[in-house]
Amino acid sequence: MLKTLAKNLSAIGLLTSAILAGAAHAQDVEPADWSSVVEAAKGQEVYFNAWGGAPNINAYIAWVGERVEAEYGLKLVHVKLDDTANAVNRVVTEKAAGRNEGGSVDLIWINGENFASMKRQSLLIDQNWSEQLPNYQYADIAGKPTLTYDFTVPVDGQESPWGMAQLTFYYDSAWLETPPTSLEDLALWVEKNPGRFTYAAPPNFIGTTFLKQVLYGTIADQSLLRAPVVEADFDEVTAPLWAYLDRLKPNLWRSGEVYAADTTQLKNLLADGEIGIAMTFNPGEASSAINAQELPDTVRSFVLDYGSMGNSHFVTIPYNANAKEGAMVVANFLLSAEAQARKADENVWGDPSVLDINALPAEGKAMFDALQRGPATLAADEFGATLLEPDATWAVKLEEEWANRYVRSN
Amino acid sequence: MKDALCIENVCLFHDGAKLLDLNLDIQPGEVLTVMGPSGSGKSSLLNLISGFLPPSFSFTGRVVLDGVDITQADPADRKVGLMFQDPLLFPHLSVEDNLMFGLPATGSKEERCAKVRAALDAVNMVELGHRDPLTLSGGQQSRIALLRVLLSEPKALLLDEPFSALDSGLRGKVRDFVFNQAKAKKLPTILVTHDQLDADHSGGKIITL
Amino acid sequence: MHNKAKGWGDPLVLAPVLMIVALTGPLIAGLAGVLLPAFGFFPTLGGKHFTLSFLHEVTHKPGFWYSVQLSIWIGVATTFLSLVIVISFFAAQWGSPTFQRLSRFISPLMSVPHAAAAFGFAFLIAPSGWIVRLFSPWATGFNHPPDWLVINDPAGNALLIGLVLKEIPFIFLVALSASSQINVDERLKVARSLGYGRVWSWFIAVFPTLYKQLRLPIYAVIAFSSSVVDVALILGPNFPAMLPVQLLRWMNDPELEMRFVAAAGAVWQLGATLLALISWRIGEALVGYIGRRLTISGERQKNDHWFRALATLMMAIVIVTFVLSMIILAVWSCAGFWRFPNALPSGFTFSRWLENAGSVWTPVVNAMSIAITSTMICVALTLACLENEFRRDIQFTPAALRILYLPLIVPQIAFLFGISVFLVRYGLDGSFWPVTLAHTIFVLPYVFLSLAAPFRNFDLRYLQVASSLGVSQNKVLFSVRLPMLLKPILLAIALGIAISIAQYLPTLLIGAGRLPTITTEAVALAAGGDRRLIGIYALVQTLLPAIGFIAASLVPRAAFPDRKFFR
Repeated sequence: MLKTLAKNLSAIGLLTSAILAGAAHAQDVEPADWSSVVEAAKGQEVYFNAWGGAPNINAYIAWVGERVEAEYGLKLVHVKLDDTANAVNRVVTEKAAGRNEGGSVDLIWINGENFASMKRQSLLIDQNWSEQLPNYQYADIAGKPTLTYDFTVPVDGQESPWGMAQLTFYYDSAWLETPPTSLEDLALWVEKNPGRFTYAAPPNFIGTTFLKQVLYGTIADQSLLRAPVVEADFDEVTAPLWAYLDRLKPNLWRSGEVYAADTTQLKNLLADGEIGIAMTFNPGEASSAINAQELPDTVRSFVLDYGSMGNSHFVTIPYNANAKEGAMVVANFLLSAEAQARKADENVWGDPSVLDINALPAEGKAMFDALQRGPATLAADEFGATLLEPDATWAVKLEEEWANRYVRSN
Repeated sequence: MKDALCIENVCLFHDGAKLLDLNLDIQPGEVLTVMGPSGSGKSSLLNLISGFLPPSFSFTGRVVLDGVDITQADPADRKVGLMFQDPLLFPHLSVEDNLMFGLPATGSKEERCAKVRAALDAVNMVELGHRDPLTLSGGQQSRIALLRVLLSEPKALLLDEPFSALDSGLRGKVRDFVFNQAKAKKLPTILVTHDQLDADHSGGKIITL
Repeated sequence: MHNKAKGWGDPLVLAPVLMIVALTGPLIAGLAGVLLPAFGFFPTLGGKHFTLSFLHEVTHKPGFWYSVQLSIWIGVATTFLSLVIVISFFAAQWGSPTFQRLSRFISPLMSVPHAAAAFGFAFLIAPSGWIVRLFSPWATGFNHPPDWLVINDPAGNALLIGLVLKEIPFIFLVALSASSQINVDERLKVARSLGYGRVWSWFIAVFPTLYKQLRLPIYAVIAFSSSVVDVALILGPNFPAMLPVQLLRWMNDPELEMRFVAAAGAVWQLGATLLALISWRIGEALVGYIGRRLTISGERQKNDHWFRALATLMMAIVIVTFVLSMIILAVWSCAGFWRFPNALPSGFTFSRWLENAGSVWTPVVNAMSIAITSTMICVALTLACLENEFRRDIQFTPAALRILYLPLIVPQIAFLFGISVFLVRYGLDGSFWPVTLAHTIFVLPYVFLSLAAPFRNFDLRYLQVASSLGVSQNKVLFSVRLPMLLKPILLAIALGIAISIAQYLPTLLIGAGRLPTITTEAVALAAGGDRRLIGIYALVQTLLPAIGFIAASLVPRAAFPDRKFFR
């Protein structure tokens, strides 16, 4: 205990000296001079703020920590978040309080609205750093447009790609023979099987994604989504979406009085047989769960026939981060073939890679070739069209309107 | 007058009412027996002399012991020995440690150990030295308690019904033991009791409050 | 019965001052840190003018008034149910062997942190929980978990029962300790000899006096239940969520403006808690009036067999539920795949324990170092205060007792937020000492209440004998009083550690995520999380205080072998 005490006291000391040292060279991180970045990163403590609701992801991050400690001599601390907005909130508060150096957040697992919000409020490093990372050259920019435009917001090298997401549904084939693959079939299925379907409540990420997915399938003019939302037209344009959800509501799990919290709970509900269909944005999740003995091996995945929401997720560094060099080193490691292959491994996490596998050197490519696709994971061609994320303003409005309609009002 | 315990014109008040009014001297080796009904102030008198009088009491007069005015002195400095109805040996210390507790802090460890052992030897209780006080009989505990007080080299002895917890057979023996020691060490002694036999055996003045 | 005070040079005088500062200082600072932004004034965050707009705005949030009502209802109902169950049991069984037997179970239940108890309870009563599994499909016919809204129900019933379960041991222990200060047996004898039934005798002859001592702890229970966050996250409604939970979310919102809305909400929360307390007061008066009428009516109420049976049954159910909750946590922590409706998992595995041993370690170390440090500070401060009280011959007045209870009565969510805002400003949040000092505020009342009676009831004659042997005040304290008080001191330490381990909001808000403790980690897993992992974390969370209590019973024997006194 005394050791921890001493450690904490020395952490305070370190922080103080870091603040003082940081004052000397404000934003002088030059990722192009990679060796000096690695040198500066030695001995740093990188506070990685990432969603902590999935144990397998936490385990993966712990592995990353072991590797960067061994390779680069820096310490990775996983600050488990309930919601990424908490990390944004911290940086906002620190900026407002005038803490422009030595901030408590070094690296954030982020995308979409949160990224847009941070960019807008000038909370990120004002520099194109991610494209300078050595491993960035292998990122599949051409094949994956979502790596450079995050929910229609240009990335501008202010965040580094980490993984791919695709909204995928999964079900237990022992109970359900043919899953409904169109919105209409889904609605009919829910009506015939009351209490066996639910979605996560927005603003949880998967909940908002589900809303966007249904919006794509019900909206008259899909092109409207790539532009910022127009307040005046919002109600009219989204009317079919709300009509659809209203149709689902009475037959939802718990009669729509309560919704799931996140992807983990959806998985548990499916495991218990409480619901028949669950959803996730990690296409490898179902197989991963089978391997971890959380789901029976009869589970299979499917996507809706008109396409599924796809996006990328990233890591970013706040402008006032204390360990900028360390954070960049970690971001670079996350982009490495070793880290990406392990991440894509369905025995570990199953999250698809952002790399262009064919462009990798031989040993990198071999790591990916060794990966096996589990029975519950769809093949690349089974995925159908990727629906690109709407402008970030849509999500905010949708979440607000959903709360107004489905949360018990005053 | 030296070595004597002098109670000079002491009036004790409790909530305004006068409890007692005393002016007498107790000579070394002499035992003064104080008797009286409950609430008459017997224990309060002892509290006054030993320095533990609660604030609800007030008094006038002085107490002089061995030529030193101890009326306002800190209880730890008064050199007045106390014995209560219960032996009150410290249960977390052994018998020997209890006795060492009472010794003044002079001399080396060996000297103090030797004194303690000599005291135990004088009463044939050396083998009890390492024992847990709570495993001793009532009579043994009372004797050890007295030894503890005597080892602190007090200049006076105050006894607050020290024998009433003992059964009658033991009572006489312990009583004699205490009085003999008091006389041998030439200590002015005050005994508070409501047992007439105690008073008779004390061989000294008896006052009733 | 002591010597005169040594005058103002004695450093012990500082102790009560420090105590009052520790109890009220952060409270005042925190409330200021909440009141100001609630009225719009917080220059650093951009609020430069006083305005009532935020107080208005917050009431328009979806489900706001419902949350407020629920907060008040839960506060009052939890306390009422817990109190009724406990005193019914006291009335029914006081003095009987059953009472002794059941009382012995209560103390360890007290040390189970409320988050762990809530998890276990959820695993027990959920539609996919153990009770349903045990009775399925043979009794219920279920092959899928039924679509019942049990956990997170909008009416807050799961939350209510979960809280009742946790508050019963607390009220029980307080009632027990209060009973030891009034002559219960004699009063009962008088009433019964006058012909009154056993249960009724207790209610008319003992309860009124007992209640006076229970009042402050009861208020603490009301305040806690109306503003609890962690148990509400686990069992409470989500659409809308309880007000304190919503406050937490608003506090974490990236929009700066929400900070003001959250502060305004905290002011409303204070109002809600106050209203709950006032309602209770009114209830007290009502019950008192009715009670008095019934008492003097002369009705003997001898027919109390059914009441006694019911009261005992309720208590037994409470204890059984607790025990089952702990067991189900253990089962889940090492469960292999567990298909519904099997009564037990298809296999057991310790792989989860091994996998997570590494990640559990840091939260455990954090929790224990904070707990031990804050508890030691509290114990030292308390002993200093009590010794000072003794030397100066002052008695703690009822007013002082109320100060002691203040941190327990003001909702944590309200003032901790205010403190954290100040701390962020100076970069002090997220480090060990601010979090530990925050814990001290909440541990202090329990440590003080636990030590006060044994300390004050210490046989003064030991001290007089020691003094008269020529020993200084300090030596008397350290060589006589403290060693003899070893057991109560160790118990107070164990209690303090248990209270600190269970703290959620102080660690979360002041620690800013930098100091994950076993409790913050466990609650973070609450939303939907992995049941096996929750089982592991909840069990570890429960075992830590248990270590303290076991140490409290073993250490005296180890430190003083062969001493009957410590047996």
